[in-house]
Amino acid sequence: MADKILMKGNEALAEAAIMAGCRHYFGYPITPQTEVAAYMAKRMPKIGGVFLQAESEIAAINMVIGAAAAGKRAMTSSSSPGISLKSEGISYMAGCDLPALIVNVQRGGPGLGGIQPSQSDYFQATCGGGHGDFHLLVLAPSSVQEMADLVAKGFDLAEKYRMPCMLLADGTMGQMMEPVSLTETKPEAHDKSWALTGTKGERRPNIINSLALQPQELEKWNEDRFARYAVVQENEQMAECYMMDDAEYCVVAFGIAARVSQNAVDAARAKGIKVGMIRPITLWPFPEKVLKAAADKCKAFLSVELNMGQMIKDVKLAIDCKKPVGLCCRTGGMIPSPEEVLAAIEKMQKEGN
Amino acid sequence: MIVFDKPKALTDAPLHYCPGCTHGIIHRLVAEAIDSLGIAGDTIGVASVGCSVFTYNYFNVDMVQAAHGRAPAVATGVKRADPSKIVFTYQGDGDLASIGMAETVHSAARGENITVIFVNNAIYGMTGGQMAPTSLPGQVTQTSPYGRDTNTVGFPVKVCELLSTLDGAGYIERVAVNNVKNVKAAKKAIEKAFRNQVEGKGFSLIEVVSTCPTNWGKTPQGALEWLEENMLPYYPLGVYKDKFAKEEAK
Ligand SMILES: Cc1ncc(C[n+]2csc(CCOP(=O)(O)OP(=O)(O)O)c2C)c(N)n1
Ligand code: SF4
Ligand SMILES: [Mg+2]
Repeated sequence: MADKILMKGNEALAEAAIMAGCRHYFGYPITPQTEVAAYMAKRMPKIGGVFLQAESEIAAINMVIGAAAAGKRAMTSSSSPGISLKSEGISYMAGCDLPALIVNVQRGGPGLGGIQPSQSDYFQATCGGGHGDFHLLVLAPSSVQEMADLVAKGFDLAEKYRMPCMLLADGTMGQMMEPVSLTETKPEAHDKSWALTGTKGERRPNIINSLALQPQELEKWNEDRFARYAVVQENEQMAECYMMDDAEYCVVAFGIAARVSQNAVDAARAKGIKVGMIRPITLWPFPEKVLKAAADKCKAFLSVELNMGQMIKDVKLAIDCKKPVGLCCRTGGMIPSPEEVLAAIEKMQKEGN
Repeated sequence: MIVFDKPKALTDAPLHYCPGCTHGIIHRLVAEAIDSLGIAGDTIGVASVGCSVFTYNYFNVDMVQAAHGRAPAVATGVKRADPSKIVFTYQGDGDLASIGMAETVHSAARGENITVIFVNNAIYGMTGGQMAPTSLPGQVTQTSPYGRDTNTVGFPVKVCELLSTLDGAGYIERVAVNNVKNVKAAKKAIEKAFRNQVEGKGFSLIEVVSTCPTNWGKTPQGALEWLEENMLPYYPLGVYKDKFAKEEAK
């Protein structure tokens, strides 16, 4: 294990990407993720990598498409308004079965919104975030260490399943400094015989394409892709359970909301309330298995989010609405305090009894 | 002597273009350039959205299909990922000069070492004949049924003139394929646009003034006449920029 160093989340993820073998970064400045681009601009030229500031987020994601089509580990990063612009390209990547990493360091919306942390792009990320039937892998870090660790994981998953992966962070994750240990990781070996490397006159041309004018053909493509998604849903759910062994109440929170909620859970436990927390790490696939299991034991659930209530729908679906699910949320860049979450837990307990 | 031999850089797939459409000739010229430079095995094409969307079935090289207007950005990604590859885009006027204008201008401004084949037929062919950024003043289209009114929708975009003001743009030429003489000049220009890239020189764009008999409502012959009488005066042929020639002369 490498020594721990103090780093901003944005910089830790950038260095982690380099350590995971990514040598192609395309981006466009936007707060609160600009440190990623600045870091890449400094590092990439020194290690023979590519840093390119694109003319827009649209161009950046299409450059990622080009580099990914050429078989390289490529990434882009942005924040909410920029991700909306990338949505077209993300849909094309899904349709072309291209792997890449897209980082969203979320800020408050809609519209230009604000620059403070938010989780209000949950729907956009987990429902695909572009036109058409598709999903992204969505990973949600809740510490600077995880900002780094999930980068290599994201690339590996993306290449394994040939689908784009989104690291869904928020302004706090991007900006806060924490000790982190970074280690070089070797990319998992996955087949890239589909990549555009030139035929050399030795094979038939490779074609990377999402167009199928025959509905039967397009239906087949989509069904095949969803068969792959089913494998992802079966095998790749990730969540952290905190004090869930004897829990009668369950908080569900990811990212910065989980950090706050963990304090609230501790405070509630000190008051004798048997509450635990499930922290989804994969938002897609959503960790339904642990939630389903919790639904058999717990009396009620509380979804804590930095939005008007988006993940709560997935929580309800995961537990088939078997138990009540409450919502504790702030929006627009506001973060609920541990006291607010504690109050919501106490309310849940009163109503659950 | 074999007079008509299909270039190796074209597949056997039958072209889907309408009779009299110049897309087919341009495909052939691009393929001949690839053949004569012997680069097919290292070439990667970027198809755009328009009537030429299926170029990925026609060119006998690795291809990726880009979103409408985004081909130069995709080409940038491919080229930056593997500079040893010869990367070209094949785009229509709606694609390149309307929705993709930012990608066009900035790939030129960066001096991206790619080759852009720009097919200007003054109309949105694929979607059935709407006004394009290059439609001529007074031109009747589905979305300018009373003729393009420059008072309300402004003037056509002259891509070569525009791009030639950019320091990053290397080689910019406008050609046509309406007669044998022009086809020969177009062939030379397209080959040079690829050769520039092989030699690592930078951004080359060839605009080919083209026909769309179907959406112009003309016969193939009538379309060629309309092109000569209306398009060529508005879009004069010639070299608009050759930064590399200047560099070589130095
Ligand atoms: C984002 C988006 N907008 C619109 C379209 C519809 N569309 C398909 S082709 C086309 C016009 C293409 O015209 P042009 O680039 O001039 O090519 P041509 O068909 O004339 O060769 C349009 C608007 C699309 N596919 N994607
Ligand atoms: S619609 Fe026009 S541009 Fe398209 S193939 Fe037919 S003639 Fe050519
Ligand atoms: Mg056109």
